[in-house]
Amino acid sequence: MKSLLKFITCGSVDDGKSTLIGHMLYEAKLLFADQERALELDSRLGSRGGKIDYSLLLDGLLAEREQGITIDVAYRYFTTDHRSFIVADTPGHEEYTRNMAVGASFADLAVILVDATKGIITQTKRHTRICALMGIKHLVLAVNKMDLVDFDTDKFDAIKEEFSRITTEFQFESIQVIPVSATEGDNITTKSPNTPWYQGLALLPYLESVEVHASDDAKPFMMPIQRVCRPDHTFRGFQGQIEAGSIAVGDELITLPSHEKAKVKRILVTDQDRNSAHAGQPVTIQLDREVDVSRGCVFTKDNQLQEADSFSSTILWMDDSVLTPGKDVLVKVGTKVLPGTVTAIKHKIDINTGNTVTADQLVKNELAVCEISLSDGIVFDSFEKNKSIGGFILIDRVTNMTSACGVIDEALQSSDNSGRMDTEITRDVRAQQKGQQPLTIWLSGSVADNTAIAKAVERRLVARGYHTMLIDNSAGESVRQLAAYAALLNDAGLLALVPAGSANESDLAIAKEMIGQAFLPIEAAINSNLIEEAAKDIVKRVVKALIQDSYTI
Amino acid sequence: MEKLTLDSIDATTHLDQLEAEAIYIIREVAAECENPVMLYSIGKDSSVMLHLALKAFYPEKPPFPFLHIDTTWKFKEMIEFRDRKAKEFGIKMLVHSNQEGIEQGINPFDHGSAYTDIMKTQALKQGLDKYGFTAAFGGGRRDEEKSRAKERIFSFRNKNHAWDPKNQRPEMWKLFNTRINKGESIRVFPISNWTEKDIWQYIRRENIDIVPLYFAKERPVVNRDGQMIMVDDERMKLQPGEKIETAKMRFRTLGCYPLTGGAPSEADTLDAIIEETLGAVSSERTTRVIDQEEAGSMERRKREGYF
Repeated sequence: MKSLLKFITCGSVDDGKSTLIGHMLYEAKLLFADQERALELDSRLGSRGGKIDYSLLLDGLLAEREQGITIDVAYRYFTTDHRSFIVADTPGHEEYTRNMAVGASFADLAVILVDATKGIITQTKRHTRICALMGIKHLVLAVNKMDLVDFDTDKFDAIKEEFSRITTEFQFESIQVIPVSATEGDNITTKSPNTPWYQGLALLPYLESVEVHASDDAKPFMMPIQRVCRPDHTFRGFQGQIEAGSIAVGDELITLPSHEKAKVKRILVTDQDRNSAHAGQPVTIQLDREVDVSRGCVFTKDNQLQEADSFSSTILWMDDSVLTPGKDVLVKVGTKVLPGTVTAIKHKIDINTGNTVTADQLVKNELAVCEISLSDGIVFDSFEKNKSIGGFILIDRVTNMTSACGVIDEALQSSDNSGRMDTEITRDVRAQQKGQQPLTIWLSGSVADNTAIAKAVERRLVARGYHTMLIDNSAGESVRQLAAYAALLNDAGLLALVPAGSANESDLAIAKEMIGQAFLPIEAAINSNLIEEAAKDIVKRVVKALIQDSYTI
Repeated sequence: MEKLTLDSIDATTHLDQLEAEAIYIIREVAAECENPVMLYSIGKDSSVMLHLALKAFYPEKPPFPFLHIDTTWKFKEMIEFRDRKAKEFGIKMLVHSNQEGIEQGINPFDHGSAYTDIMKTQALKQGLDKYGFTAAFGGGRRDEEKSRAKERIFSFRNKNHAWDPKNQRPEMWKLFNTRINKGESIRVFPISNWTEKDIWQYIRRENIDIVPLYFAKERPVVNRDGQMIMVDDERMKLQPGEKIETAKMRFRTLGCYPLTGGAPSEADTLDAIIEETLGAVSSERTTRVIDQEEAGSMERRKREGYF
């Protein structure tokens, strides 16, 4: 069966971009007869005096026809004997950068046009940068209007060399440079006799054969949850598209951010039962046990993903309004939407040159490194590894406009170390000074019981010479909040006592994740007249835990 | 234990990619939009859309209703097919017609483009407003017409259901922004990236039932302005010189019978239809009378709220 190649064309009006695609469709006999008639009819009205203007095939909107430019993305579809294609024709002007980014975000490959008479120009560099930012891995540089430079191989080589210089800063997987003439048809569908010195394929045969789908199947399994499917009380399945790797019935997977483990009981690929499924397939997964998972959560097999509630990112601002730090937005990453704030603009990146420019605000079509903080943690991965949870959009909370798109560069401080400064005085130093190892005694049961028991436990621990702190949970703090407090106390070298109240497995998993090795969960729901007995028992367990880990007392 | 079928080691084909993209979009809307509906026009694209909706949520039924805008001039076989499918799949099928238009006797013979506006565009707006739908799935494809080629998958409409082609929201990767303000709504086109050929190949692969009018058969027709118009009922008004003939013919698109031209054809199986489509010399919408009026007519119509 044929595969599908999604590509874009970029270049300016004068580079003959629409003409190139139009000509390719025409030459490859991929036009329907009535479109061809309409084209000839339209051409008679236009400026080329009766000669076919191939660009009319693509410039669809009335405003564009009137202005003679491409202002939005137009999609065209064609199939050859070897492949199906979707081509997005994107505008070249700097003021339409965001429209180009829309086209680029959808494509696997970009055909960038340059005019052989002008060579590499500023916009060529800009287009290359946008393609790289949006995740395109494969480029074709079509050096157009070769007929106007008499198919001069030196001119071509110079352009090729310069292009290879400007692309070194990006991680493109393939780059093919092809000499063409869009109006005359050289190297469009067949090799041109005018360029005997060019060893590669003509444009269309190249597009038919280039390999762009680096196997997503080989990556670790990852699937963001789109929705929970519950037709009745007997069925609960998680629906989404597998974005990387594969999964089989019986495999164990990890749910994020709840960090639960469960085995796959059943896999439906659309409406068919399957033993396994792979990247790109829409599935419904049933697990062998109840898990705390809803839309926006992520399934993984070997958890190499990251979690954070603030990150540094490279964004393209696309809104007519001006971005200043402190802007409240909605952030969509994968299938998760949550409130956030653009906390800082670190610096702008000149979209043409890549140079760093200091800035305290951004206007439309500008690129910048920004810090964004979120109301809660998200699961993400680097954009290079997983486009689907490494890219994000920012939505204006008033106008609902998609104001920016961006890629996550790295997590900033994670949610479990808030309030702490990084200094050379480490947890170990502080603990040693107190002659003890830090521990979080996480009591579950009812908060009231827990608090009473915790008080008794603390009294006994202090009597034994331990440094402790009891957290007040009378207000019913969230698990994350409690765990963050406890971790902070542990960092101070203290034994933290947390009357956590009723805790389910996922809460415990979160606490364990945030507190780490120092985590000691104890079920402590008991009759109130036995508080001292329980406390005594708990102290024994605490001391045992400390000794087992060969802690010095 | 469930019965599991053997997995074929199939490479992902372009149809699989298109299907996955459409299902992803349909699920996103169901998960994020408050009150979605799927428009159902009974044609082959709608049959594919319905099929995709059934697959997207299986074993659950689609968590939204379907809406048919009935101009009252559809082919009889279409209405019969609609009711049969709704029953077969157990989905909620809403039907809306513009009652004022009916009372005023608006018809395709006497009222020309006003008919399309009143019985289709206005009726659609009424139907969406009546139920307060915030998102409506449509089966529009970008290969159908030039202005559609530029429309996003999520296309936003203001309170008057109008489209502003110059102010479309950027659509990045698969991160669809479904947020709207009160009174606004979204048209969502999950099969934007399908071509007519993809539709037919998918219908064959998935064994999707379509209205019999797509298959060649002897039918009573008149020749009008070079198009074959089928005489579906006694309301058909003949023009001077026209006479009803019987011809073996089929339809490439379906709509209101007086406005839908068919073509002579021997293609009475899916394979024959696909064969005919692949070798087609006319792109699909030539047989829809309104599109030929002038360059840009569809874009103008859409700005005014045509789907």
